Amino acid sequence: MTSTTLPASSLATPAQIPAAGSADFTPRYWLFSLPAVLIIAGVIVFPWLFTLYMSSQDWKIGGGPEFVGLQNFAELFRDARFIESMGHTFYFTVLAVVLPILFGTAAALVFHREFPFRGLLRTIFVMPMMATPVAVALVWTMMFHPQLGVLNYLLSLVGIGPQAWVYSPNTVIPTLILVEVWHWTPLVMLIVLGGLAGLPREPYESALIDGANAWHMFRHITLPLVWPFIMVAIVIRTIDALKAFDTIFVITQGGPGTASETLNIFLYLQAFQFYKIGYASAVVVIFFVIIIMLSLLLLYARQKSKWNA
Amino acid sequence: MTDILKPTRRGLLRGAAALGATGAIASPLVLREARAQAAFNWKRFSGQSIDVLLVKNPRSDLMQAAEKEFTELTGIKVSAEQVPEQQQRQKAVIEFASGKPSFDVSGISLHVQKRMAAKGKWFEDLRPYIADASLTAPDFDFADFGAGPVAYARQADGALDTIPFFVDYWMVYYNKELFDAKGVAYPKTMEEMATVAAKLHDPAKGIAGFVSRGLKNANVPVWASLVLGQGIETTSPDGKLLTDTPEAIWAGELYKKLNKESGPVGQVGFNWNECQTTFMQGRAAMWLDGIGFATPLEDPSKSRIVGKVGYGVTPPGPKAHHAGMFADGMGISRGSQKKQAAWLYLQFMTNKANQISMLKAGAGAPGRASAYLDKETIAQSKFGAQYFECLLNSAKIARAALPQIVPVTEFRDVFGVALTNAIGGADVAAELKKATEAFAPVLVKSEQG
Repeated sequence: MTSTTLPASSLATPAQIPAAGSADFTPRYWLFSLPAVLIIAGVIVFPWLFTLYMSSQDWKIGGGPEFVGLQNFAELFRDARFIESMGHTFYFTVLAVVLPILFGTAAALVFHREFPFRGLLRTIFVMPMMATPVAVALVWTMMFHPQLGVLNYLLSLVGIGPQAWVYSPNTVIPTLILVEVWHWTPLVMLIVLGGLAGLPREPYESALIDGANAWHMFRHITLPLVWPFIMVAIVIRTIDALKAFDTIFVITQGGPGTASETLNIFLYLQAFQFYKIGYASAVVVIFFVIIIMLSLLLLYARQKSKWNA
Repeated sequence: MTDILKPTRRGLLRGAAALGATGAIASPLVLREARAQAAFNWKRFSGQSIDVLLVKNPRSDLMQAAEKEFTELTGIKVSAEQVPEQQQRQKAVIEFASGKPSFDVSGISLHVQKRMAAKGKWFEDLRPYIADASLTAPDFDFADFGAGPVAYARQADGALDTIPFFVDYWMVYYNKELFDAKGVAYPKTMEEMATVAAKLHDPAKGIAGFVSRGLKNANVPVWASLVLGQGIETTSPDGKLLTDTPEAIWAGELYKKLNKESGPVGQVGFNWNECQTTFMQGRAAMWLDGIGFATPLEDPSKSRIVGKVGYGVTPPGPKAHHAGMFADGMGISRGSQKKQAAWLYLQFMTNKANQISMLKAGAGAPGRASAYLDKETIAQSKFGAQYFECLLNSAKIARAALPQIVPVTEFRDVFGVALTNAIGGADVAAELKKATEAFAPVLVKSEQG
């Protein structure tokens, strides 16, 4: 066996080795980070700066841009449809987060127990999540048809008259939530189920010895322990619900009237139907600020919910 | 019996005489055609290839099917792309705005993009091409295109930047069986449509007296078609909005009455496809929409009312009798490097034979007048004589229903919301006034920019 000894000059002296937790910012390492910096600058920073620039322009496709400063933002806050679409977005988001979280958690608790055909039923339960949103939306559109849809047919079998579903301004958002719940409850179930699978048995055994009932165990052991997982589901669902577009666009296109026009639909109309690029960019900037604020809030809540927090 | 394998001198003479006589009779027509075709060189751009942007619909399917024949005739290769209507419009706007569109030929909806195309200088003016005998086949016969469609395609400065190959007239589909069952006659006026619809409306049996588009944006052509009955359009010839005038309000009230009192549940969210399905399943007595949606109604695999569909011309309004007109045109991109080859493509795809094919396939109403005179096509069609009668009579009274302005989509959106609100019970006059006030600055700005 041979041994190799490095010359003393090639070894770093303690003074040259960066201390643990500190970074070396000397220029010789910059080259390694350059590809990542370029990519981030190209695909994230530049589009954002350009969007900011466009939001300060009166710019319609086919014409030239004209600097208008903050005028687009001022107009947006005077635009009743923009304000209305913000309201719809929050209404939709709250329902599209809360209901799947409740049903998904309940489903996870059910599927966490042992019972015959559990695997098969769990597979069936998660199937909606695998479907393409546009395909899902088209199928639901047919089902919602007031005259020919299967939903009203089923209601007629139990003596209930035809409902307007997405064809009424009063029921359109709750009906769209029905699709969201059907589509995304399985995702929440899977996340929470993952949390439940990792729970320790000891607290439950102690609780049983102390005479706790099922509700007490759920309220004081299961829920606190699984809460970090529920928070992850809430973050994912909130981001998903805020950016929901495909399902709403395919089923209602924001209608009837403007009853289901969310910020995304409003933005799409301004950018790709009316070709008002400057105005649409201002919507994007405002939407971005809203998302950042909500994300920070949720991340803070998630951090607080950690077991070791 | 004469043995043809052993010809006699007399037999040969008889044959020669007969051939000579036939030739003498047929020669002017044959020679004229032959000379004309011989003079026109379809192959002069052989070897070039062109890109075409089409809207996804049965007419584009027919064009793509005819590409092989076109390539055999001209030696020009075609790469055509079909894109769904909304996306095709967006693609056209963005690519034309770039100044270097990726296509040489594009279809457009004249009722949406006509002014936008003129303002953005999207297309070549086709008049010099039509006038150039070396570029236009003698049998193209541009004069054969209907006066209405041609006027629709022509820009304000007289330029003809598209060939109007497809026209859609608004008319009333009606269920003859439902009319007969209640002994009701087809309405003679627009106002009578509401009376007839009320008589036929039977919610207990799931029958609506009337169905039309209620969905925002899609509903504007219905109202605009009713506005034509007052002898006006939604804008004046000098581009002023007439959308809150008493005439427009009258049309809005009629629209509201028809839909609110005699419409099916949920009509406020109906686009043409929901209306079509409802009518096709025998759940509506009348449907006001474009004649281009007729094909599935006579298809036994899709429709429950095959053979029971009546095709009625839009009834007259209080002051005028018009059928709302919508049309599609095809033009040559101004930025194209292969304009002549593209012109050959346009000529071929809109020639008489291909326009007849469109009618034969039930793919819509062609822009050429001669197509409607083709008795063989009419005799073989699955549509009865009433359909063609309606088509021809609608053509005679056709008038553009949507305003010829740049922001048509925004117009449809703003007034679409007003109409949807009206069905929901809102005051028509107040809604139209509000929409007019909201849209007026948009229109002014579009004319300035």
